[in-house]
Amino acid sequence: MNDTIKPVLEARGVIKRYGSVTALDGVDFELMPGEIMAVIGDNGAGKSSLIKALSGALVPDEGEILLDGNPVHFRSPLDARSQGIETVYQDLAVAPAMSIAENLFLGRELRRPGILGSVFMMIDKRRMLQEAIAHMEGLQIGIRSMKQAVETLSGGQRQGVAVARSAAFARHVVILDEPTAALGVKESNMVLELIRRVRDRGLPVILISHNMPHVFEIADRIHIQRLGRRAALVKTKDIHMSEAVAIMTGAKQADVQAIA
Amino acid sequence: MTQSTSPTAGRATFSDRLPSLADIGPLAALVIACAFFIWQSNRFLSIQNLSLILQQTMVVAVIAIGQTLIVLTGGIDLSCGMLMAFGSIVMTKFAVTLGVPPVLAIICGVAASTLFGLLNGTLITKIKLPAFIVTLGTLNIAFALTQVYSNAESISNLPDAMMFFGNTFHLGGAEVTYGTVLTLLMYLVVWFVLRDTVPGRHLYALGNNAEAARLMGLSSQKILITVYTLAGFFYGIAALLSVARTGVGDPQAGQTENLDSITAVVLGGTSLFGGRGTIVGTLLGALIVGVFRNGLTLIGVSSVYQILITGILVILAVAADKLARPRA
Repeated sequence: MNDTIKPVLEARGVIKRYGSVTALDGVDFELMPGEIMAVIGDNGAGKSSLIKALSGALVPDEGEILLDGNPVHFRSPLDARSQGIETVYQDLAVAPAMSIAENLFLGRELRRPGILGSVFMMIDKRRMLQEAIAHMEGLQIGIRSMKQAVETLSGGQRQGVAVARSAAFARHVVILDEPTAALGVKESNMVLELIRRVRDRGLPVILISHNMPHVFEIADRIHIQRLGRRAALVKTKDIHMSEAVAIMTGAKQADVQAIA
Repeated sequence: MTQSTSPTAGRATFSDRLPSLADIGPLAALVIACAFFIWQSNRFLSIQNLSLILQQTMVVAVIAIGQTLIVLTGGIDLSCGMLMAFGSIVMTKFAVTLGVPPVLAIICGVAASTLFGLLNGTLITKIKLPAFIVTLGTLNIAFALTQVYSNAESISNLPDAMMFFGNTFHLGGAEVTYGTVLTLLMYLVVWFVLRDTVPGRHLYALGNNAEAARLMGLSSQKILITVYTLAGFFYGIAALLSVARTGVGDPQAGQTENLDSITAVVLGGTSLFGGRGTIVGTLLGALIVGVFRNGLTLIGVSSVYQILITGILVILAVAADKLARPRA
């Protein structure tokens, strides 16, 4: 990467301990503009702790996190969200009986102008519907009616709604936690395609996944997490899948530390 | 994701346009119940009897507003009838024994029920106890306090102002109480709030998926405390309507209203699992309960069998809810 381009999101020497267990042991992380960064690692490698630290769900004991080069201190996921970092959680944070449009705007509802919105807190359903349609069309998610309840959608479409929601509100980063874990082959491909479109619109994406073929299909770079640290940071095209797995499991030492 | 890759997409839009069982069920049940009683009793379909049903339904209908809000969050309130009884004893006792001006006494009574609601909400959110147990506890506490404060005696000789909502006016031959008007107004307000406002939609989101609501920045504590407190307020208003209708502060009031309000909510199509249901459904549910109680009395079914039938109705309605809805 070009030295003059600054990382969008960066972690330096982040440490997190739970009693005698060290989940994060001075981990470094960087995400460049316009890239899909995959985070892989075995269970217990500190993958989800790292993501939680980046998304505000846990507060590190030591180390710093920088957004656009400026140190930030997230105390909650809401903090991170207000700074433009959106996270799509594994267990899909959607309200099944509510419409797609309502789910897209959950917690950030558009209100009617004037006193109807400010005093009576009336929701502007029409504008929410219009913006939902425009946004979903922009991401080429072919769902016919934004009024239909999320529970009438297939698993892939629901994931699409969750990803679209984060893409709609993220100003800096979208974090996706195992977005294809519960999906079939066809639906996974739809979601991977959607993730590419999000990146192509200029939003960098952090992708946590156990699925190596998916990681190798769409990631630009791969952060390999092992024993609470970054074991390697590689460009996807420079490494073979078996080699990545070997580093991940400790079968092979990474001879390329942070070269990418 | 691209055009109709999933076969469910088209089907969903189609079924979207059809009213679901939960939407038309309550209305259909009400129509069938009315038809049955018209067939069984020639006294059922008279203006007098219909206005009587409205008057009898009012109290349960107002309690059921509070119960609906709570059930929508996925909770339940077993204390509702007793909180109403406590409120009605406070307001009548204050007015009759302490000589507090009627309006002030009414405010105190409504406040008493409301504070009990706040207590429910606080215990449920701050100590994270199940709503079922908390309200079972406050049911007994409120019942005991009601008996102690009233010496288990009815309070009569109420000031006229306290019975205003029991007064009637004529509307095309029917006698309508001001209480019925107040009830319908409250339904209208709650209907608007649930359907068109931010807090209303957040209530549904919380009941739908509490974890999603939290992740999207909604405060479940704030919502739950507000809902239980508001429910208490509605029980207080129900206390006022009950006092106005019967003309006494009755320490034995509220006992059938407990189950009747839950029956009304469930018959109205609100899911006991939370997040689904409408306030209009609850009004229909309350009317169904009222029609059944009235109709069964007209055709000479004893009250024990009425209780039996109510019990069967609730279970049928819950079973229909479980079977008819897609589980996400």
